[in-house]
Amino acid sequence: MFKKLLIANRAEIARRINAVAQRMGISTVAVYSDADKELPFVREADEAVRIGPPPAKESYLNVEAILEAAKESGAQAIHPGYGFLSENADFARACRSVGLVFIGPPPEAMARMKDKSEARRIVRDAGVPVVPGSEGIVPSSAAAMAEAERIGFPVLCKAAGGGGGIGMGVAREPSELEKVFRQCSDRARAAFGREGVYLERYFDAPRHIEVQILGDGHGQLIHGLERECSIQRRHQKVLEEAPSPLFARGANAAIGERMLTAALAAAEAFGYANAGTVEFLYADGAFYFIEMNARLQVEHPITELTTGLDLIGWQLRIAAGERLAVQQREVVRHGAAIEFRIYAEDPVRFLPSPGTLRRFVPPAGDGVRLDAGYDESNVVTPYYDPMIAKLIVSGASREEAIERSISALGSFVIEGIKTNIPLHLRILQDAGFRSGAVDTSFLERLGKS
Amino acid sequence: MAEVLAHITGTVWKIEVKIGQAVSGGQTLVILESMKMEMPVEAPESGTVVEIRCSEAQPVSEGDVLVVLG
Repeated sequence: MFKKLLIANRAEIARRINAVAQRMGISTVAVYSDADKELPFVREADEAVRIGPPPAKESYLNVEAILEAAKESGAQAIHPGYGFLSENADFARACRSVGLVFIGPPPEAMARMKDKSEARRIVRDAGVPVVPGSEGIVPSSAAAMAEAERIGFPVLCKAAGGGGGIGMGVAREPSELEKVFRQCSDRARAAFGREGVYLERYFDAPRHIEVQILGDGHGQLIHGLERECSIQRRHQKVLEEAPSPLFARGANAAIGERMLTAALAAAEAFGYANAGTVEFLYADGAFYFIEMNARLQVEHPITELTTGLDLIGWQLRIAAGERLAVQQREVVRHGAAIEFRIYAEDPVRFLPSPGTLRRFVPPAGDGVRLDAGYDESNVVTPYYDPMIAKLIVSGASREEAIERSISALGSFVIEGIKTNIPLHLRILQDAGFRSGAVDTSFLERLGKS
Repeated sequence: MAEVLAHITGTVWKIEVKIGQAVSGGQTLVILESMKMEMPVEAPESGTVVEIRCSEAQPVSEGDVLVVLG
């Protein structure tokens, strides 16, 4: 095992990785920007190295400064956490080239997963269902019509080279397709300098369900069951739970089993090792591969709490060359867990709310765990994402987890900034949520009610 | 004269107008960045840009005057 680990991240996840590493007898090195020097993760690490000014590209994305900190401190491995450099294959290669172990999948596997159309081809060849769509760019509106008939309406027109939803449009029926196709094509040209439109089947209200993967690169590859992540706003997850209510009390067991098998097949096809996640859309009794994430997920604790898997511990042991000692049949779900992302934001207008945490009193109680990046009197700066903590609540059943959550959220005192705790409480009191009928448009509907 | 204020604490990402420029109500004057979100600051009414009291990459607090319209 490594003697010294550098953690190339900040706030709650840096703190969490630090705690796991120290428990395993590994000495830790935190890196921090000027904005974060007062945060607990800097104080709790065995050593801390300043890597730059507040903007992420000058600090947490600054490869040179991070590698220099590793060299200076004598670290043997780097854990990238999530976000920042975690899915950057070039960074993983740079670590390798200077003799550092990157805690994550092999860079070759990362590169294969990152290219969306390549990833789609790889998993489809492995027998994993993908969202029905066009093979490459559709050249004309006549060709679009033929493709759309094959794919099935409604179809989504996506601009090639686009991202963040720019230029996307939905054609609900054949009569709308020509106009949507032309608009999308025009926007693609205006925004990205090239025409080119892909077609994809559109789902109004799918579920977003993902499967945890753990592999050791020596032939042992297991899944850690699923997580339900449908409660999202603008593709940003707000609340996650395990198990998915879709599979509650043995419902849809055959689909669940096929999804877990497909996730393993996808991971295998990518040549995956270490911890990762395969994401699926689920709609109308079928599921489709979206992408595989080459990192530890924000929501990994709900898997840890309901399966007993020590995901970060295994990440470290696998990266150090150890074999995964857990067999698939040993992965069994106990109870239910819900994670609430606590965002520094106005719960009504969804605007960021940086500021000083004048009071920060975490809740306590059975099944309540808080992974927080901040303590009372710390300043939440505007430089990074708005997540200040994750409240994770488990119970023997989903109902018990919900009741414990309502009490934990209700007694969580945060003053000085606005948070989305009121939104979480509204979600928990919603009849649809309580019945488990969630999908990715849930929050939009809640906002209108 | 209308002072246009920052509605959030963050950093000035882009200034979209120049001094002397005529703007119409609802037009984006400045784009602020905070917590990985970009948020446009719009002109509350039509007018002319008389003063720009911020620069790109500058940190600003909620309530700071960014632009003055005349």
